[in-house]
Formats: sequence, C-alpha cells, structure tokens
Amino acid sequence: MRYLVWCVLAWILATPARAELVIEITRGIENPIKIAVVPFRVQAGGLLDVDVARLIESNLERSGQFMRVDRGNMLSLPGPTDQVFYRDWRAIDAEYTVVGGISRVGGQLQVTYGLHDVYGERVLFTEQIPGSEDTLRDIGHFISDRIYEALTGIKGIFSTRLLYVSAERRSEKDQTFKLILSDADGGRPRTIFQSSEPILSPAWSPDGSRVAYMSFRGKRAGIYVQTLATGEVQQVTAFPGLNSAPKFSPDGRKLVLTLSKDGNPEIYVANLRTGELDRMTNHFAIDTEASWSPDGRSILFTSSRGGKPQLYLMNVADKSVRRVTFDGDYNSNGAFTPDGESIVFVHRTNERFHIARMNINTREMRILTETDLDESPSVAPNGTMLIYATSDEERGLLGLVSMDGRVRVRLPSVSESVREPAWSPFFN
Amino acid sequence: MNVFKQAKIAGLAAVLAVLAGCAGQVNQGGVDGAAGVDGSVTGAASDSASAFSAAEIAEFKASAMAADTLFFFEFDKSDLKPEALDDLDAHAKFLSADRNAKVRLEGHADERGTRAYNLALGERRANAVARYLVIQGVNRTQIETISYGEERPLSLTRDESGWERNRRVELIYQ
Repeated sequence: MRYLVWCVLAWILATPARAELVIEITRGIENPIKIAVVPFRVQAGGLLDVDVARLIESNLERSGQFMRVDRGNMLSLPGPTDQVFYRDWRAIDAEYTVVGGISRVGGQLQVTYGLHDVYGERVLFTEQIPGSEDTLRDIGHFISDRIYEALTGIKGIFSTRLLYVSAERRSEKDQTFKLILSDADGGRPRTIFQSSEPILSPAWSPDGSRVAYMSFRGKRAGIYVQTLATGEVQQVTAFPGLNSAPKFSPDGRKLVLTLSKDGNPEIYVANLRTGELDRMTNHFAIDTEASWSPDGRSILFTSSRGGKPQLYLMNVADKSVRRVTFDGDYNSNGAFTPDGESIVFVHRTNERFHIARMNINTREMRILTETDLDESPSVAPNGTMLIYATSDEERGLLGLVSMDGRVRVRLPSVSESVREPAWSPFFN
Repeated sequence: MNVFKQAKIAGLAAVLAVLAGCAGQVNQGGVDGAAGVDGSVTGAASDSASAFSAAEIAEFKASAMAADTLFFFEFDKSDLKPEALDDLDAHAKFLSADRNAKVRLEGHADERGTRAYNLALGERRANAVARYLVIQGVNRTQIETISYGEERPLSLTRDESGWERNRRVELIYQ
C-alpha cells in the first residue's frame, strides 16, 4: 500500500449552523504519529458543550501527520493527576498520550493537561489554562497547537480562522450570498456580511483584524474593508466597471486590486489611508488577481496579454513585468507561499482545473490536487497546507491539501455551496 | 443574404481591430469616433430628437422585442458570434431610433477557470456587445454594462451543454 488511506467522518461539535463545514480525510501520510487523546475528566458541575479531547484529536488528524487511537480501544482512561501506565498505551500502538481534565475554580474553568511520550515513558510537558465555557474551543485549539509544535517542530495553525463565501441558490437571480468567518476546523461559523448579490475574493489584513472583499451595493460592484471587531465597513473603491480581487500589502497599508474604470481590467494599488490610486499595469488584455510577495517588493498577477491567462511577476519599484508560467494554457489566481520561494495557482491540464505549486526560481512545478474545477488556493500561515475551493456533482466545497500533495482533506458544508476560502494569518 | 452577412462580419472584424488599437478610450472618448466609423448612422447618433416617425419607432420596437436577448461566447473569448448580429442589429435600430430607450448588458462566464478572471471576462463580453451597439448608432449613455462573472449561471449542468449556456451576455431593457 503506497499511501495510508483512511476515511474518517468527524462531525464538529459546536453551534449548529447551516454553512458549517465537515471534515473528511481522504488521504494521509504513510507513517502518521499515533496519538491517544484520553477524554478529559470533567469535574465542572454539569456537562460542557465542547469535547476538548475530541477537538484536539480531530485537529491533529486533519493535519494529516497524526492518526488518532480510538477511545473504544483504550485500556485505561487516566485523569490529569493519575499515573499513566505506559504498557497500556504500548499495547494499542499509541506513541503519545494526552491526558487532561477540566475543573471549576471559583467562577472559572481550569483546563489541565499533559503530553506523555509512551516509548520514552516520560511526561513531555503539563500545563494549566484558565478559561470559561465560551473559550473552551479556543483552549482546545491552543492545546492542539502546543502538541503539534512539540511533536513536529512546526508552529500549529489550529487557532487560526477561515473566511469563505456560501451561496444558496433558488434561481439564477434569486440567491443569498454570505461571507462566513469560522475557526480553522470550520467550527463556530458566523455570517459577517450577507447580500443577494455576489460576494467575491475575501482577503485578510496581515494582522487579522480586517478583511477586504468585493460585493455589490445596489447594482454596482465595490471593494470594501470590514473591521472584524466592530463590523465597521469602509468603501475603498466603487468605480464604474470592475472593482475586484483585493489583497492587502504585507504592511497592511495598501490594497492591490483590479479596476476597469479606464476601459480595461488593470492592476492598481490603493493607499487605504489617503485613498490615492497608483496604476500598475497598462495593457488592453485582462490583468487581474494580483497578490503581493511576502517582502512586498513584487506583485504576482494573472494576465491574458499572451493570448491565454498566465501568471506574471511585477517589480513594484519600476513596474517591470516578466512572465513566470509557461506550462499549459491556463494558469491563474496565483499566491506566494509564506517563505516567498514558491507560488500556488490554478493550472489547467487535460481540460481539468487543479491547484499547482511551482518554485519561483527553479520553475519546478507539482500538481497538488486530483479533483476538478479547483480554484482559490489560500496557503496556511505555517506554509504546510493550503485550502482551496472545488466541486462535486452538485455544489461547491472546500478542500485541504498539504504542500507536497500527500495529505488531502475534504471540507464540504453541511448544506450550502461554499467557495472562496481565505486562510487567516497567525493571531499570536 | 449570405453575402450581406459576410460583409457585416468583415466590417465587424475591421471595427474591432480599430477598437483594439484604442481600447483604452472606448468607454468615454471612443464613443463618438466609433459611431463615425459607420457613416450611415452618424447623423442619428448625434441627434437627440429622433429622425423616425412614431410608427417607424413602434415597428423597430416590435422587432427588437422579438429579437434574441441572449448572446453566447466561446470559452475564454469575448468575440461576438456571427449568428448574434441580426438580433443585435434589431436592438440597435430601436435604440438608435428611440433615445429614451435604455438597455442593461450583463456579462457572464462559465464556472471553469478562476472567479476574478471570469469577472473580467464577463465584462469584456458585455463591452463587446456594447461596442457593437455603439457602432450601429446607439449612444453609449443608453447602455449600462455589468459583469457577474461565473456567479449567476443559467444552467447548473456541469458539461459543455451547460457551460455554453452560461458564457453569455444578457440584454435587458430598463
């Protein structure tokens, strides 16, 4: 068996919402770390809404680098202060064990947990985290990040957030579009903007406090920036024609975006404080889908100037442009990886649209996805995975794929068609 | 009829070639110049009072209302198809005769390819129809264009039979 294949359907326990995402791992790595997360012993007077141990094992498993040990196979269920008998865990092939408990101290909850190395027969670390019923999911994500980083050496992404757009269609001209903010696992979805007209291209500010997107107010498209904490909305542009594809600069002060107010779709940089516009391209072809390199010195964009959509890289200082994709007749919607060494983009091959990754210097390209109509790749801030939009026979859904293409996870919505995912930066 | 149609296609190709050269100005300054390309309609284009009788306008209107309002395109293309021209001519005749008539052109794309690119493609399709109408004598101010990209498909069928219905411009009288 070349790849370890397993199918898990983990329903995320949280506030039920129609556009909630479901996790289905379709492919993982060959030798995932086997981890047993013992149900946390709850001594908090009454039941809690969140099963923290389940949240942690689902998070770790979704990375593709871990495999859970089923609760039903556990020979003992130690609490946070109980002795852990390592032979119980060796017997069921667990390499690591997490034990924890939740107790009530005054009006607060206290979560205590420890990570055990089964074969080393030792505690790697223990920690106490104060919180409340409302922050239990945050605590579960935080613990997941701690364990992930301790065992892989890579910063975890479980406390990050996702933005995506859901669409409910009754007919061609009767649809409801929602911009949804959720946890990285799809939990706690909440609608932050809703419209009967399309919502496109949500993008995060580098500090995660604001989001930019395209929507229609009346019958005219515009670019808007919404502050998440207050809900305050700033209109950045609403010119005749296209106002589309905004992306924040790495310093958070500017947006690169597409306007066609001068006749053709062109790339502009808008200064968010002064409102000043700097036109970056001047070509009768389509120029759009611009995004910044992590150092802010280059802008990657899609252009049909060669007859077919291809990716081009612009030096921001002198606006000089060079073509970067040559393989295939449709390459579009590119974005840099956080290390600035690779780009991910939509690539058409054999009439199918996939997500591909290419080293910007060596031009070595790898197709990461096997689904069709794949688009909107958005890379996780730790650079290990990306989220993208794809479709099954009926509707749009989201997928995760590791940057080497080996781990694949489907994230269909419970009921609605979803698309346009954007992975947040780190918040800590 | 055939010869007439061929001549019209050749004329369209020539006009589009001219427009491509000055594409940057088509939306504003290009309007008058483009109308001038076709000598027969220059007078009507610059006059606000109609040169046609009420009976003639009613006749043009009847033909326009009977004409197709959906115009289709090839994948990743914004060139008008020859079969669109007769119907567009009927709309142009009515719009040039009645300067109070207004039309909205909604450009659309199929779901293949990326959404922001398809938004741009939908706009190019709407603009291609707008340019043709202007060349036939319609004032640019009578035309409103908007692109919905791939966001409002007519068909949800996920093969060429559905996609070809979705790569379209819808002409809607206001």
